[in-house]
Amino acid sequence: MAKAELTLNGKKVSFTPGQTILEVCQQNGVEVPTLCHLAGTTPTGACRMCLVEVKGARTLVASCAMPAGDGQVIETESEKVLIARKLNVELLLASGHHNCLTCEANGDCKLQALAYQYGVESVRFEKSDRYYPTEDDNPFIVRDFSRCILCGRCVQACNEVQVNRAIGFGYRGTEAKIVTAGDQPYINSDCVFCGECVQACPVGALTEKKARGKGRSWETRKIRTTCPYCGVGCQMWLHVKDNQVVKVTGVEDAAPNYGRLCVKGRFGYDFVQSPERLTTPLIKVRGKFKQATWDEALDLVAAKIKAARKEKGANAVAGLTSARVTNEDNYLFQKLMRVGVGTNNVDHCARL
Amino acid sequence: MTNSIGEMEDCEVMFIIGSNTNENHPVIGSTLRRAVTQKGGKLIVADPRRIGMVRDATIWLQHRPGTDAALINGMLNVILAQGLQNQEFIDSRTENFEAMKKVVAGYTPDKVSEITGVPAKDIIAAARLYAGAKTGAIFYAMGITQHTNGTDNVKNLANLAMVCGHVGRPATGVNPLRGQNNVQGACDMGGLPGDLPGYQKVADLQARKKVAAIWGRKTLPAKVGLTVTEMMDATEHGEVKVLYIMGENPMVSDPNLRHVEKSLKKTEFLVVQDIFLTETAALADVVLPSAAWAERDGTFTNTERRVQRIRKAVDAPGQAREDWWIITQLAKRLNQKWDYKSPKQVFDEIAKVTPSYAGISYARLERGNGLQWPCPTSRHPGTPILHAAGFARGKGFFTPVEHQEPAETPNKAYPFTLTTGRILYHYHTRSMTGRAEGLNQLAPECEVEINPADARSLRIKDGQMVKVASRRGAVTAKAWVTDRVAKGVVFMPFHFAEAAANRLTIGALDPVAKIPEFKVCTVKLQKA
Repeated sequence: MAKAELTLNGKKVSFTPGQTILEVCQQNGVEVPTLCHLAGTTPTGACRMCLVEVKGARTLVASCAMPAGDGQVIETESEKVLIARKLNVELLLASGHHNCLTCEANGDCKLQALAYQYGVESVRFEKSDRYYPTEDDNPFIVRDFSRCILCGRCVQACNEVQVNRAIGFGYRGTEAKIVTAGDQPYINSDCVFCGECVQACPVGALTEKKARGKGRSWETRKIRTTCPYCGVGCQMWLHVKDNQVVKVTGVEDAAPNYGRLCVKGRFGYDFVQSPERLTTPLIKVRGKFKQATWDEALDLVAAKIKAARKEKGANAVAGLTSARVTNEDNYLFQKLMRVGVGTNNVDHCARL
Repeated sequence: MTNSIGEMEDCEVMFIIGSNTNENHPVIGSTLRRAVTQKGGKLIVADPRRIGMVRDATIWLQHRPGTDAALINGMLNVILAQGLQNQEFIDSRTENFEAMKKVVAGYTPDKVSEITGVPAKDIIAAARLYAGAKTGAIFYAMGITQHTNGTDNVKNLANLAMVCGHVGRPATGVNPLRGQNNVQGACDMGGLPGDLPGYQKVADLQARKKVAAIWGRKTLPAKVGLTVTEMMDATEHGEVKVLYIMGENPMVSDPNLRHVEKSLKKTEFLVVQDIFLTETAALADVVLPSAAWAERDGTFTNTERRVQRIRKAVDAPGQAREDWWIITQLAKRLNQKWDYKSPKQVFDEIAKVTPSYAGISYARLERGNGLQWPCPTSRHPGTPILHAAGFARGKGFFTPVEHQEPAETPNKAYPFTLTTGRILYHYHTRSMTGRAEGLNQLAPECEVEINPADARSLRIKDGQMVKVASRRGAVTAKAWVTDRVAKGVVFMPFHFAEAAANRLTIGALDPVAKIPEFKVCTVKLQKA
């Protein structure tokens, strides 16, 4: 496709027609703040944080929704732009209950970061007095509408990223709110608890219930791994504090899931911490399990294998390896059966 | 999958058959729904149940359970009768076309409609839509394979794709969606009775010699081993005396559980290695505690053949240890001089033994988004799309497939067809999801899907307990009266040990793959 050119902060840059101004900025390392923008979905231009000045345009434009045009002259940090963005942050802060002290998103909040970045020290506007009760009657997601800035990322995430179509905008004007069908709580709605809305929420309006009080974002380590459930192999971050997984999020920009997870992957991690986990080898004595050392248990298993092999040959031993464990474990298991025991009696539950 | 997940967003026509995608592979479900709602793709769903994907389908074919082969033959018949095939692809890339053509000629839309219950016009429309697409991709899962003719079903899907030339290009292909995190890897690694790592055959002397040399042995056992279902018979008859089970729970997952229970109880010495005292572990003579997924390093291979890292995030509880460590300790006691110190060291050996993994290393996996096999050299970028230039065997082979009735068909005593599967909120035998807070709140118990007309005639109300009985056993579970299922069909998830659907299922196997017919058996219902 033909390349076109525009002037970005005084520098000539080329772009592909069809790109938005925001995309051209990102491609050229020019940082433009966004709140409502969600990659891969239709731009809504709702939050007005990504405003830039385009020479000759009647007003400042939302760069996420405006196509780049040949010959445009764009300023991303002009005084006009900075004043507008700061005003915007103030209006958003006035729109709801944005108290960082008690907020689960503290330290991981885009609004908080923007307020800091644009030097908002006080809010000149009267604060909205509309408080909604927090909704937490489902096991996974806490909805706090008083912290919602109506950016609509959750709506885009639900409808365009996961295509579960459980939420949308409801009501009008100052009554506007994110709603399920019939404005029911999530638990009584079409929501399937994939949690994509939580991952998309830039503030503390949607948070993971299980993670509440388990640690601030700066206290956790993030470790990248692969989901243990189905065969899609979603890439995920395990958020860890004090030897506990406290939260799971999807890895953005990585195949195969590009940030998406399902209810099991995102919220089904705590079996790892179950008190029912096996913690010691067990040997059954007269119908009852007794705790044993590794040496006792492994010596017994080896002795039984050797005895069976001696009596009836190696094919009197069989093993089931597992579709649940790693390649390395599977490889060693079949090698153990084939050379350690001497049989090809090895299979697993691929068929089940 | 012959192709990759990401490219499917741009697929023009998707054909899902035997996969409840949005519940069992939710993120692939999202990808396909995005293709429809954001990119204008079209979706065909063939499923006996009105599963979630039906909402976005242009055509829904609600066929009778166990008639997949006939349905696909019907589509092939229409494509060939109307001249919609990709003759160039057939001529240059395939063989045995005429034999297949001869068989499907007998499967006219009217005849297939009689077998499957799908209106002839829908069969014609589906065939035309799929064949007419620039990019057409087929997705299937256990709904295709868990039948006594499962292998035939898969071959017939390959016939359909090859007739239209929907293979070897982006957003096409025949794409099995694999149900477990590392079922692909377990197969790749030789966790099969007839296959060494990389599907090198046990029966092939050269392959045995090659692998034996790397393992420092003169020979390897040549006799093909037992499959899981055959092991259960062999333990029952005392031919197998020691059974070592790692990370599996056949006491919930296998067909005809009464038989499984009898076999495991009769096993002279049963070793189970797991993270929980599962229903199977409870029967063991020795239980070995494993580290769970978040407590270990290693790799999984996903359904698109992508090898990806898993990483240790937390410590295992008590004395639980990684499986590779446990196996290594056991090998030492069986006089093996194994000296593995880390999963990385094991992976380096895997790359030596397994040709399709030869170019993969931890260092490369650290850098990118995994690598898709075949990846034969350390510079090879991996293979997102299989069969682009040619098939593994050279030419694609058309296998003619005839319709075959399931092992059990309804009669007066057992008038309903039971089909089984999973639901969104649980996973396999629930040993993990049953212990994850919240999932049980959303799906606390087993629900039997019953059509409203059947419920009426049996005087069963929604939410009442119902007794479901087959020739092999009976369970009691809650009725969910819903038109998700057709009249005469009931569905049960197999997750719940306390209402185990596999007490009912039949042990009849596909003769080639030895896969049980979980998707069809017959039952009777009554109010409990």
